Amino acid sequence: MRNILPTPLLILGLTGAVWLAGFAVADETKGLAIAQERKVRDAGWGDSESRTTMVLRNAKGDESQREIRTAALEVQGDGDKGLTIFDEPRDVRGTAFLNHSHPTAEDDQWLYLPAVKRVKRIASRNKSGPFMGSEFAYEDLSSFEIEKYRFSYLRDESCNDQPCFVLEQVPADEFSGYSKTVVWVDQQHYRLHKAEYYDRKNTLLKTLTLHDYQLYLDKYWRPHKLSMVNHQTGKSTDLLIHQISFNTGRTAADFDTNALQRVR
Amino acid sequence: MRQLWLGWVLKHPWWVLLGTLVLVLLMSSGMSKLYFRGDFRVFFAADNPQLLMFEQMQDEFNKSDNILIGIAPADGQIFNTTNLTLVKQITDAAWQTPYSIRVDSISNFQHTEADADDLLVADLLLDTAQLDEAKIAHIRRVALAEPTLVKRLITADGTVTAINITVQLPELDKNKEVFDTFGFARQLTDEFSQRYPDVRFYLAGVIAMNHSFAYEAEHDARTLIPVMFIVIVIMLALLLRSVVVALATVIIIVVTITSTLGLAGAAGIFLSTATVNVPTILMTLAVADCVHVIASVQFALSRGHDKQSAIEYSMQRNLMPIFITSATTAIGFLTLNFSEVPILADLGNMTAVGVMLACLLSVVTLPALLAVLPVRPGKVKPQHQQDTAMDKLASFVILRQRLLLPAMALLMIVFAGFISLNKVNDEAVKYFSPATDFRQAMDFLDQHLTASMSMDFVLHSGQSSGVNQPEFIAAVENFSQWLAEQPEVAHVNSISDVFKRLNKNMHADDPAFYRIPQTQDEAAQYLLMYEMSLPYGLDLNNQLNLDKSATRLTAALRNMGSKEITSFEQKSLQYFASQFPQYQASAASTALMFAHIGERNMASMLQTLPLALVLISLLLVFSLRSWRMGLISLLPNIAPAAIGFGIWGLYSGEINLGLSVVAGISLGIIVDDTVHFLAKYQHARHEGNNAEAAVRYAFNSVGRALWITTAVLVIGFSVLMLSSFRLNSDMGLLTAIIIFTALVIDFLFLPAFLLKFDTKESQHHA
Repeated sequence: MRNILPTPLLILGLTGAVWLAGFAVADETKGLAIAQERKVRDAGWGDSESRTTMVLRNAKGDESQREIRTAALEVQGDGDKGLTIFDEPRDVRGTAFLNHSHPTAEDDQWLYLPAVKRVKRIASRNKSGPFMGSEFAYEDLSSFEIEKYRFSYLRDESCNDQPCFVLEQVPADEFSGYSKTVVWVDQQHYRLHKAEYYDRKNTLLKTLTLHDYQLYLDKYWRPHKLSMVNHQTGKSTDLLIHQISFNTGRTAADFDTNALQRVR
Repeated sequence: MRQLWLGWVLKHPWWVLLGTLVLVLLMSSGMSKLYFRGDFRVFFAADNPQLLMFEQMQDEFNKSDNILIGIAPADGQIFNTTNLTLVKQITDAAWQTPYSIRVDSISNFQHTEADADDLLVADLLLDTAQLDEAKIAHIRRVALAEPTLVKRLITADGTVTAINITVQLPELDKNKEVFDTFGFARQLTDEFSQRYPDVRFYLAGVIAMNHSFAYEAEHDARTLIPVMFIVIVIMLALLLRSVVVALATVIIIVVTITSTLGLAGAAGIFLSTATVNVPTILMTLAVADCVHVIASVQFALSRGHDKQSAIEYSMQRNLMPIFITSATTAIGFLTLNFSEVPILADLGNMTAVGVMLACLLSVVTLPALLAVLPVRPGKVKPQHQQDTAMDKLASFVILRQRLLLPAMALLMIVFAGFISLNKVNDEAVKYFSPATDFRQAMDFLDQHLTASMSMDFVLHSGQSSGVNQPEFIAAVENFSQWLAEQPEVAHVNSISDVFKRLNKNMHADDPAFYRIPQTQDEAAQYLLMYEMSLPYGLDLNNQLNLDKSATRLTAALRNMGSKEITSFEQKSLQYFASQFPQYQASAASTALMFAHIGERNMASMLQTLPLALVLISLLLVFSLRSWRMGLISLLPNIAPAAIGFGIWGLYSGEINLGLSVVAGISLGIIVDDTVHFLAKYQHARHEGNNAEAAVRYAFNSVGRALWITTAVLVIGFSVLMLSSFRLNSDMGLLTAIIIFTALVIDFLFLPAFLLKFDTKESQHHA
């Protein structure tokens, strides 16, 4: 008698669980598919260079600017390579930051310090730390790789006046500063329009919005303004990208530690 | 006119009661808008210069709202596997604290180490599984040699450690945010207490302080108000011996309080550690009015009057005194508007309004209530016994006047002389009684680390990226070394230490390079490198501002009084200005804010006192219709506070915000005794009696009433002593002392004084 009563409930519960799990699987499949399509649409750009102004703002509204140049190289079968050269403030001019991102392993990072003419490797476990004192973390700026996240599709929603997919990305790396990121990707071109970053206690930390998308090489959309707002501290950072060029002729040799010292 | 009005009240008591009910309901409706605010900022006006400086610093650098979790293992050894594991676990768990933006401990300290051409920046303790003897010894060596950790997060002997959680409250519902944050930390330490029963945990920091402000205010509301209520009921039972009239009094008191609180809510006033005691104070003050009215009614009834004429008799006797005493009390409380502290002004205004409401209710609603209630004459008639007691006292004073006058005068002068033993001292931590958890945590952490007192200095280089200039770093270094040498300073946290450490790291950890980098580019690039290596939450913004034109340097101070703090501030800023005139420096901290407000508040209260004295004396002149009596009243009005503060000088010697207002509020209360006594005395003199007979008449007619109201007031203010918040308990104690002293002076000194100096007038009259 005692065993009979729970059985229907148990069955009901199990059915529910399976049903929910089915949904979750479907959402993860769809999420992954969208992410993969996003990656595919952006594949093949080769290499690029750009000039960027970084505008840092504190809660009071005080501003401070940094000028940087970046070069990027697409790497098939591994994460992209990036080189950042600092122009302003003057006392860090010529300092160069080299990043080899990897989908699953930790990124390799080096910094060249012209004042002492030396290259130093940086511990990249600190990838969620701030980039140049800005509200951007390394991981916000490093290349988008499928393996870095577990995706799930949440819903359709309009963003920037166009239909978008809303996905949740849970970082695979235990050292990530985020518990999850919710991203808005438009359904036509699979461009990122907005991302919400949740901290490790799962409260909203930052919101990134991307503006002024322009088309390059008839295929690759690039934003020209990225705004990151930290909701907890009231600080914000704008990245203003002035100029992007493709097919600059850079090769992998320009992205190794020996090349760092030649950078101007 | 008075007759007409009273006649109408007594003819239409139900209309009066209905009208009162409607009015009270209207006024009380604002009560729903009342809320508690537990935040040390309630002590500061929005334009307070130290608050502005503090907020500016908070805006420019990261906020320093924090919770400090002190960890003290019974075995007194942080550096072993168990306790290091505990520190690491709590550090990780602390990131879950609501609104936390940063957690600092010895385990996540960013240790930098040179390794060939690599700069290793990593948590000092990353993986507890790897803890072995060598690793523990390494952690111990690094932690105890690190100037930014020792005395801040770890004791020099490694017995006690602390975890600092920096929080950034959105400040939408600050009280809830503080309770959420503190509640999380307490739950966290409770859980770890169970897992580690041999370890003691302490919760300190700004959030703990704000929590305590709110908690103690609510605690006062929950405990003191009911206690006061019980005390009032007991007093009424003793004094009036009638359930019905006691009920009438309780009704008047309750509606006075709800109306006052309602009006306060409507006016946007919130409840704080200060205003939460308005009900207690009002109960005390209102009960005196009611007792006067009812005692007279009972007296008249016992003389065979019918109820109507008994009420009329009481009103005739009491209307003017109640109005005058309420007005003087209100003036006393209104002086708090000149206080620098907004919540003390709120306390003053709420009480002043409440006192006038109580006055109105006891001369309009109370008679109407008595008219409809079955009031009987008082069961006891102690009037006669009391009269003999008072008569004996009068005889004693008259007999011993030659001794009493100089003896009392001497006593007054001696006690007043002890006033100089007092000094203004406001330390927010010391506002809390040593019995509170918060105070115990702060005291413990102060003993071992530095928790409660600090001063932040912002040093401005005057230009963007200026903090990277070697000469500026040298200035910072010089100043931080000078600070560290001062006896007041326990610990200094300075960016110059970071520069020196990085320089050493960049030169293969060669100790010879533990010095300031030689060029600006070098310094800037080391710093950039370090910044780029920091993990989530641990940026340099708490030490450097946005464009790196300024740095914040924190000096943890040994426990000291507010005078010492302000002079230390002066001394430090002067030193910096004299050594480095090319740079700007400013100082701010919560300790500094309280130190300044204590002094400025005292100064403004002392300036207001003469004004209050003049106003109240003018009111006395008006009510006694005699300049001479008004002048005579000055002495017994001023002396009690002078003696009270003298006694305080002997007893404690520390004057905090709560005490700085006591002179003002007690003046308004004690003046009542003088008014009553002098009025009766004068009445008798006008009848042609000599001073001796007039003194005797005054004793006989108001002596009993005076000691009863004094007893009520002393007991009422003594209830405040039960508060574990010292601003309230000290205020209650000193006010009670002053009120009692006033009675002694009115009974022993004032009559002797009149007997000695008021003789001429008598002949003139005769």
